[in-house]
Amino acid sequence: MPERMQIALVVNGESRTTAVEPRDSLADCLRENLGLTGTHLGCEHGMCGACTIIVDGRTARACLLLAVEANGSEITTVEGVASGEALHPIQQAFMEEHALQCGFCTPGFVMTLYQLLRERPDADEAEIRDHLGGHLCRCTGYRNILVAAVKARARLRDARAGQPGVRA
Amino acid sequence: MKPAPFEYCAPTSLDEAIDVLARHGDAAKVLAGGQSLVPMLNMRLVRPSVLISLRHVPALDDVAVTGGWARIGGMARQRAVEEDPAVRQVCPLLTEALGLVAHPAIRNQGTIGGSVVHADPAAEIPAVLVALQGTVTLVSTRGRRTMPADEFFRGPLTTAAEPDELLAEVAFGPLCAPSLASGWAVEEVSRRHGDFALAGAVVALARDADRRIADARIALFGVEDRPTRRPTAEAALRGTRGEPAALTDAAALAVRDVRALEDLHASAGLRAQLAGVLVRRAIDRAYRKVMNDA
Repeated sequence: MPERMQIALVVNGESRTTAVEPRDSLADCLRENLGLTGTHLGCEHGMCGACTIIVDGRTARACLLLAVEANGSEITTVEGVASGEALHPIQQAFMEEHALQCGFCTPGFVMTLYQLLRERPDADEAEIRDHLGGHLCRCTGYRNILVAAVKARARLRDARAGQPGVRA
Repeated sequence: MKPAPFEYCAPTSLDEAIDVLARHGDAAKVLAGGQSLVPMLNMRLVRPSVLISLRHVPALDDVAVTGGWARIGGMARQRAVEEDPAVRQVCPLLTEALGLVAHPAIRNQGTIGGSVVHADPAAEIPAVLVALQGTVTLVSTRGRRTMPADEFFRGPLTTAAEPDELLAEVAFGPLCAPSLASGWAVEEVSRRHGDFALAGAVVALARDADRRIADARIALFGVEDRPTRRPTAEAALRGTRGEPAALTDAAALAVRDVRALEDLHASAGLRAQLAGVLVRRAIDRAYRKVMNDA
């Protein structure tokens, strides 16, 4: 059995170190070593999008990255988007628009939208659809997810324009 | 669904990487972006005893545009190449094709070189490489060699790379002299957005000042066991002005004698039928583009 290796990550702004086997995925490392079970594993081969997280400013499938490969990276997971009890505008819009039922796929959708709307705050509907196309949801039929995404985009825009009471 | 145990090796120079690879050969796998290899590890379709990561090898992700060629280092990420304005300038066909490769999150990690060595017959990047008469540069402790893309692809997931060789660079050639106008198109059908294509076609055309087609490149992917050029169809377009009959003939020639694969996703007959329709659409779109280009 190959030896475990020590890795250091910055997860949701916090420095963490842990020991992993070379074959451990980053998803398993986050869930099992660091207790961050918000990142969900659906298919474990990159198809479903449930495990999508942000690694060094780019979205990634946590099931397709080895934890050892992420050594030294800065990571944002779904646990890092809300502020305490206050949901992120994307999460809030998902709740209001009934964009989730069982919720299994939701963390992946949220992380993809979080990164897309940071990179391209004015992304049009076609671009949003293109990015959401990398995610499977077996409950909602996607329509409400798209509605929530468009609502979140507008709220994030308002927040940037300095409207009170809305957080970017 | 977890990989079998392996030893992880992260060399910090190309020399060190090829040295480790030479020592382990067939027992090792080289890890670039991991978007094809890691699923295969997870499903235990491959069980290497050593995994050699290229992540810490410096300068392997360089992208250089020189003399009409786009030279892409083995570790350059697909999304970085897709967003590179110099690549778009010299090789817009590659930029268009990259938009069809899986999803943004996959392209953020996946590499051009990884897609080429993986050699999936239904992948877009190898088809563009073959259409543009690109080259593949392999490196080992025995030296460095560069070969034409159409000699590199040997069959499904099979290439000319020896077990001790790793891919250092992929180069996409110019379609035509910069003085000529060009038009291009990639068409594919897949079951879901971002899936591998059931069938696809790549077309690039160049025209001269006399509005004649000076050069044509046509390649199919997801149809035969590797991406293949269609030289008789290309010849049928050269020298014409793209009259409707010439376009129709070329599309028919592109799928004549096609040896389509059959698997659980599609029969050979369906693939051949789709290829015919897609190559016609790609020819039409590339033709409109090349003729409207002033």
